[in-house]
Amino acid sequence: MSSVIEMIEGLGRSVLSALARLGLAGRFFLAIMMVIGVPLRRFSLLVRELYFSGVRSILIIVVSGMFVGMVLAIQGYEVLQRFGSSETLGVLVALSLVRELGPVVTALLFAGRAGSAVTAEIGLMQATDQIAAMDMMAVNPIARIISPRFLASVVSMPLLACMFSAAGVFGAYLVGVKLIGIDDGSFWSQMQAGVDFRLDIVNGLIKSLVFGVAVGLIAVFEGYYAPPTAEGVSSATTRTVVTSSLAVLMLDFVLTVWMFRGLNG
Amino acid sequence: MKKSKFDLAVGLFVAAGLLALVFLAMKVGNLTGLETSEGYRLEARFDNIGGLKVRAPVKSSGVAVGRVDSITLDSQTYEAKAILRIDQNYKFSKDTIASILTSGLLGEQYVSLEAGGDSVYLGQGDRIAKTQPAMIMEKLISQFLFNKASETTGTSK
Amino acid sequence: MPDVKPAQTHPDALIEIKDVHFAYDERPILRGLSLNVRKGEVLAVMGGSGSGKTTLLGLIGGRILPNKGKIMVDGQNVPKLDRSALYALRTRFGMLFQFGALFTDLSVYDNVAFPYREQTNLPESVIRDLVLLKLQAVGLRGAAGLMPSQLSGGMARRVALARAVALDPMLMLYDEPFTGLDPISTGIVGRLIRRLNDAFGLTSLVVTHDLDASLKIADRVIVLAEGKVYRDLTPEDVRTTSDAFVRQFADGLPDGPVPFHYPAPPLVDQLLGKSSAGEIAP
Repeated sequence: MSSVIEMIEGLGRSVLSALARLGLAGRFFLAIMMVIGVPLRRFSLLVRELYFSGVRSILIIVVSGMFVGMVLAIQGYEVLQRFGSSETLGVLVALSLVRELGPVVTALLFAGRAGSAVTAEIGLMQATDQIAAMDMMAVNPIARIISPRFLASVVSMPLLACMFSAAGVFGAYLVGVKLIGIDDGSFWSQMQAGVDFRLDIVNGLIKSLVFGVAVGLIAVFEGYYAPPTAEGVSSATTRTVVTSSLAVLMLDFVLTVWMFRGLNG
Repeated sequence: MKKSKFDLAVGLFVAAGLLALVFLAMKVGNLTGLETSEGYRLEARFDNIGGLKVRAPVKSSGVAVGRVDSITLDSQTYEAKAILRIDQNYKFSKDTIASILTSGLLGEQYVSLEAGGDSVYLGQGDRIAKTQPAMIMEKLISQFLFNKASETTGTSK
Repeated sequence: MPDVKPAQTHPDALIEIKDVHFAYDERPILRGLSLNVRKGEVLAVMGGSGSGKTTLLGLIGGRILPNKGKIMVDGQNVPKLDRSALYALRTRFGMLFQFGALFTDLSVYDNVAFPYREQTNLPESVIRDLVLLKLQAVGLRGAAGLMPSQLSGGMARRVALARAVALDPMLMLYDEPFTGLDPISTGIVGRLIRRLNDAFGLTSLVVTHDLDASLKIADRVIVLAEGKVYRDLTPEDVRTTSDAFVRQFADGLPDGPVPFHYPAPPLVDQLLGKSSAGEIAP
């Protein structure tokens, strides 16, 4: 009996602490937004973070995009040719990429590649008193360290998602047209007929922008509030990847329902 | 000095991202094609184009020879006016028949050109006189049912 | 416990701390601490681990807020300042963190240039001269191009010192400046603290538990215990006093007023299973 009560108490405690952490993250987000102008005025701060977050992620994003596109082409062809409509492969691949896989997989890879690095970097700066030292030098660390990294994530994400989707379409083109031998024209024409700029591409961009905010915030938040020990920083890095991935997948569901609810009746 | 390295790489990064977006918008999406048109254009009027789409292939004997450039409705005659862009290498006689066919049962629709025997060839802006509209499944079925019905009334007489 | 005179308001006091209480997660650290720091002196703050030495620096710097009490620095009550006033005050502080806290992504030169670039509009050529002068003062002008990861602990501490005094502060705060240094580096850093203090007319607060090093440079030594100033002595007093607590601290005795054992029930009772508290199952 008492063990049941203990369990419920434990549940309550963890819900409360999760809520408290969410509130802390919200306040942190507001604090970032207050000084988000700083990296825009001092552009070199943003450029540096764009380099480490964005440029350094290009390779993994483009290569992954290619492979995802190629696999989609093989699997899609296998199913579509049963119905004799293998020319629609282009639409299938493009819609999958632009609407879903582009933004989502990019966000997941970005969380693992750049988000974890940002958390580790900020966590180490916290552990070695660099952030405290900056604060004592009357330089706001949120403006100088946190907001450029956050903004770089928001800016990089849609650009990387576009690269992912483009690379995926190209990969599907290689496999579908060059390897399997689907008609070149059908591939593109079906694609262009089936993919709408505003509905599909712009919505995909909005998704990746939202993911950029989520992953960026989680990465800087986990780093800033990481316990100042080696163990604390490493577990914060893991938490960034796990929390970001869950947040991206959940947000994706919400956004998909909101964006495409009227589409299929 | 170190900063310029960042600047260049980040500039290239942003440019590549925007380029990918342009590629998605133009080549994957339907935000007006980038391709400059080569070849010559023919006009074909159909009573009904069915599910024919812009950029669908134009084939002759199964070989792709061009694309559908645009599809509009002539507001006077209520005919669908399709502009076909044909590869320069292929020439078609004046009495060519254009018909809209479907590849496979559920596949996409395309324009098929059947060349005739006329010695005069079609040129830029010419109109294909003989056309065959797309077959609409509902019409076919109702036609079939109608015929069956008239057959049965005929025999019962 | 002998009484320490309550801090009086001195006209020459740069820092006046009055009756400050601070608790960390319900655990009281400071319990009515009062302290004056006079202009121009080097004050060594000593005490065991957890006696609130580092907390004291955080309070003076405005990084943590007291539960109660006044912390006047140059006539301003630090806990009551808003962010911009606090930042304005902090530009006149220099702080040396335990391990230097150099920015790992910046070179030695850029680390020292950081305060100038952030807080002044000086042209880069002037900054260059100033940075080289500060590095010269700590003897590391030749290391300007190195990254912090290439420095030894003592060198990193000296670079951080150059950075801390970049804007000619009125007050220097040192958090354990001698931790992890070899005797030579300890001597160098200690002499630099004294020399910078006298040359630039600073006031220095050195939090440390390295008694030898601080006795060589300090004008005054205070010992924190039980959340208060427990002793206020000159370096000579420390060497000669017979006070048990100071003696234990100075001579590094394992047992004394600071007990060796964490509070526990009598050993015999616990071994025989008589004690109820802190029971550990066999």
